[in-house]
Amino acid sequence: MATLNDGFTMGNNAPRSFQEILLRLQTYWSGKGCAILQPYDMEVGAGTFHPATTLRSLGTQPWAAAYVQPSRRPTDGRYGENPNRLQHYYQYQVIIKPSPPDLQELYLGSLRAIGIDMELHDIRFVEDDWESPTLGAWGLGWEVWCDGMEVSQFTYFQQVGGHDCHPVSGELTYGLERLAMYVLGVDHVMDMPFNDPQTPIPLTYGDIFRQTEQEYSRWNFDVADTDTLLKHFEDAEAECQRILDAPAEDPKTGKRIIMAHPAYDQAIKASHVFNLLDARGVISVTERQAYIGRVRALTKMCADAFIQTPAGGA
Amino acid sequence: MPDLLLELFSEEIPARMQARAGEDLSRLIEEGLTKAGIYHAGSKAFSTPRRLTLTVSDVAKQTYSIETEAKGPRVGAPEAALQGFLRNQGAEESELEIREDSKGQYYHLSKTEPSVPSIGLIAEVVEATIRNFPWPKSMRWGAGSLRWVRPLHSILCILTDEEGAEVVPFAVDGIEAGNTTEGHRFMSSGRFAVTSFDDYEAKLKAAKVVLDPAERADHIWEDAKNLAFAQGLEVVEDRGLLAEVAGLVEWPVVLMGDIAEDFIGLPPEVLQTSMKEHQKFFSVRDPKSGKIVKFITVANRETADNGKTILAGNQKVLFARLSDAKFFWENDLRTVEREGLEGMAAPLANVTFHNKLGTQAERIARIEALAREIAPLVGAKPDLAAEAARVAKADLASEMVYEFPELQGTMGRYYAAHAGHDDGVPEACAEHYSPLGPSDDVPSAPVSVAVALADKIDALTGFWAIDEKPTGSKDPFALRRAALGVIRLVLNNKLRLHMDRLFDSQILRIKLGGDGVKGKLLATLATHGFHTEMETQIAAAGAEGQHWKDAAFSSGVGEISDDLVAFFHDRLKVYLRDEGISHDVIDAVLAMPNRDDIALVVMRAEALTAFLKTDDGTNLLQGYKRANNILAAEEKKDGVAYEGTPDVKFAEEDAEKDLFTALDSAEPAISAALKAEDFAAAMQAMAALRAPIDQFFETVQVNADNQIVRRNRLCLLNRIREVMQKVAIFSAIEG
Repeated sequence: MATLNDGFTMGNNAPRSFQEILLRLQTYWSGKGCAILQPYDMEVGAGTFHPATTLRSLGTQPWAAAYVQPSRRPTDGRYGENPNRLQHYYQYQVIIKPSPPDLQELYLGSLRAIGIDMELHDIRFVEDDWESPTLGAWGLGWEVWCDGMEVSQFTYFQQVGGHDCHPVSGELTYGLERLAMYVLGVDHVMDMPFNDPQTPIPLTYGDIFRQTEQEYSRWNFDVADTDTLLKHFEDAEAECQRILDAPAEDPKTGKRIIMAHPAYDQAIKASHVFNLLDARGVISVTERQAYIGRVRALTKMCADAFIQTPAGGA
Repeated sequence: MPDLLLELFSEEIPARMQARAGEDLSRLIEEGLTKAGIYHAGSKAFSTPRRLTLTVSDVAKQTYSIETEAKGPRVGAPEAALQGFLRNQGAEESELEIREDSKGQYYHLSKTEPSVPSIGLIAEVVEATIRNFPWPKSMRWGAGSLRWVRPLHSILCILTDEEGAEVVPFAVDGIEAGNTTEGHRFMSSGRFAVTSFDDYEAKLKAAKVVLDPAERADHIWEDAKNLAFAQGLEVVEDRGLLAEVAGLVEWPVVLMGDIAEDFIGLPPEVLQTSMKEHQKFFSVRDPKSGKIVKFITVANRETADNGKTILAGNQKVLFARLSDAKFFWENDLRTVEREGLEGMAAPLANVTFHNKLGTQAERIARIEALAREIAPLVGAKPDLAAEAARVAKADLASEMVYEFPELQGTMGRYYAAHAGHDDGVPEACAEHYSPLGPSDDVPSAPVSVAVALADKIDALTGFWAIDEKPTGSKDPFALRRAALGVIRLVLNNKLRLHMDRLFDSQILRIKLGGDGVKGKLLATLATHGFHTEMETQIAAAGAEGQHWKDAAFSSGVGEISDDLVAFFHDRLKVYLRDEGISHDVIDAVLAMPNRDDIALVVMRAEALTAFLKTDDGTNLLQGYKRANNILAAEEKKDGVAYEGTPDVKFAEEDAEKDLFTALDSAEPAISAALKAEDFAAAMQAMAALRAPIDQFFETVQVNADNQIVRRNRLCLLNRIREVMQKVAIFSAIEG
């Protein structure tokens, strides 16, 4: 007699596709009370950049969210040929403030939900302190190993945008492709079934992304116009500053409207443009630090602004 | 007396912090108990990834009564001072008494802390220890304010004796101390109560936790060795890795896996580094071929399939990692084949070494020039030394070293050999960073020595030239280590170098450049110093030579170089202290000529040290000091220096005449021995002076009434001083 729980035992429990793993994570964290958000509609390097993490980890307001975030790392492009390196990939991100006392158990539950059998696998929490120089953020935690493979990053945020986190947020980041490849037993990311292989039109990850990996790899490394990008960087930086310089009181509505989010969009933009410039190889070692410092200054200003807003606990 | 058992149960503690945390816990609790007046015997700490445990034996149930004395303000001091004292002491004015000492009248407070039950104080000690624990990095979590290395979940704290266990009652940020704990994260479930340390350790083991890290390490090492041995293989020993791995598991299960055939051809250092850094695997070697053929991984649990799934997963990760390493290795080899090591090194022109000292490529060019100058002094061919210096850092631009910085040098050796370099050049690539630490091997191959010296001297002169010297505890560019490296290279290889010439040459190369004519002048400078040959060369270079000379003299090179030599002397004292040569002996020989010749300084110091250990040596030192003291006193009194030549014809006593004879024969013997750098012979010649000097002081009155005789005797004392100072400045020697 089949019950709902029967699906979650060994054997039957194995997911069959990338999207099934993703959906199970959504279902699991939804069941644990997280707001299931959608990806942020901008180019970012990691799920942490989503304002749902960066900004919402600031201030005192409780928060619980989970979402998929498409992420771009131009320097990691390998024209779709490397079995596990991509310039565009997906992260699954969970952020809960304050971090619940059973966050490790909740996390392990999510691994069970996607078919990892704790009786057969070796799960380990290995020290890995997280730091994001562009976000002015750091935290302590681990990389989580499953049989020697890093499957997630687990972090207790201590500081974001230069502000101490009070209360502390717990952040979980899953590298979805790598995790799914492991669960599905696939050796090359492009061979991974994206939807159910038994459906009439089965699609692999490669069917969807091989061509785009090639196109973006070429553009990222060789074609992107560096003068334009440099201009974009300067523009985003200036706009971010301009937005935050505007008086808090909106002259039209007479309301106090601090535009932390629009300003932060510009910081995200600057950060991504910097990544592109880096991939184009036009940033020297010394300049690199200076650019990172400029992006950090922007995120810091946005963080300062956010904590003046209601969502920031003001 | 009862024992105390404390367990701090948390989320995973970084492996590298566990041992130190155990020591700190042990020390802090013991100190706290002692301060609280609680007698206790020893303590022992244990750690696993999730717990820090301490057991203290024989903890007294009652405190000692403690008497304390405190001295308060002076009687008549401002009222605020008195009130402050009372507040600090928690005392009433009525408890004070007035005492008097040599400086006047003071308030005194004598307090007797009566004996009280320990348990409340133990709670305070433990709580304070938790709140102030010296983690190298700590964090907050949730909405709390407590700091711990990772979230702290439970505290077990009990006093136990034959009658049972009693919970030490306290709470830290809502975590209440109790008598329960839990076992392995995956192989046990639920919390359980414990009644004593033995009970705790046994129940943990039943719950699949080995408490003692040493026991876990032993278990891992034994199992690893046995697994390898069964297949005729051996585990590559790595104590650091063993300790780390033992800190990552509560229930170690050792598994051995295969390295795919594709990767066996990689250099063993690459396999080892990749497996260790990324996966924390031990390497397993085939003793017959010396190759790394398998790996050992340590899981944290038993499984129904005996680790099959775990091993398969690990193997898969390793495959991906080694594919990367192989990719780097093959790319690097292709670069080397296509462009040589010089081509590989090309990107270093864009890498800044230090913003005031230019790029890596510029630094390499300077090292090359200096290595060429040093080569003849260390028995290497200049062209080979220059070639080695030019390519020694090429691997810094390789993909492999970018990924694994610790393989710098090691990869250089492989790539240099692959590029067809020979005659000691590949070895120089690997060895030119050596010696790094005080126990590191010192290169002896001439080409390696030339490049190793040039590398370090360039760093030292460079940072000296831009005034970035080490200060106090700050030595960000590891210049003390570099100087020690130079000292060990010189001494181990018995090299005779004029350091100041090399320093002058390299400092001027850094400050004024070394191209064209300048290069020739610098080469002459490195070999001859600022002497006649230099003048000839400068003159030959015409106006450009004169211009360079003017620039050189106004560059401050002399002072910088002298300061660097003095730094070397300081480092030499530190180094020789461990060899049993004291700093004053070195000071005594530093006044001798060619003090920049480190080997010479050491030869002198060794001979002198040996001499001072002999009977003749100690007596002669006293004789010298006596002569020196008398001279100093008389010269001061008379306001003249007795530096004239004494004449034997004014000698009246036999002892006096004998001393003349002894000095006349010792002086040429000492000079000849010194010239031959036979310092032992010089000491021996000097030893011949001991008896006549002793005899002189015993029988001759220096301050004779006859002023001519007196003056002659004082000049004779001066002659003793002068003859002996040919060997060392004995007045610098203590004792």
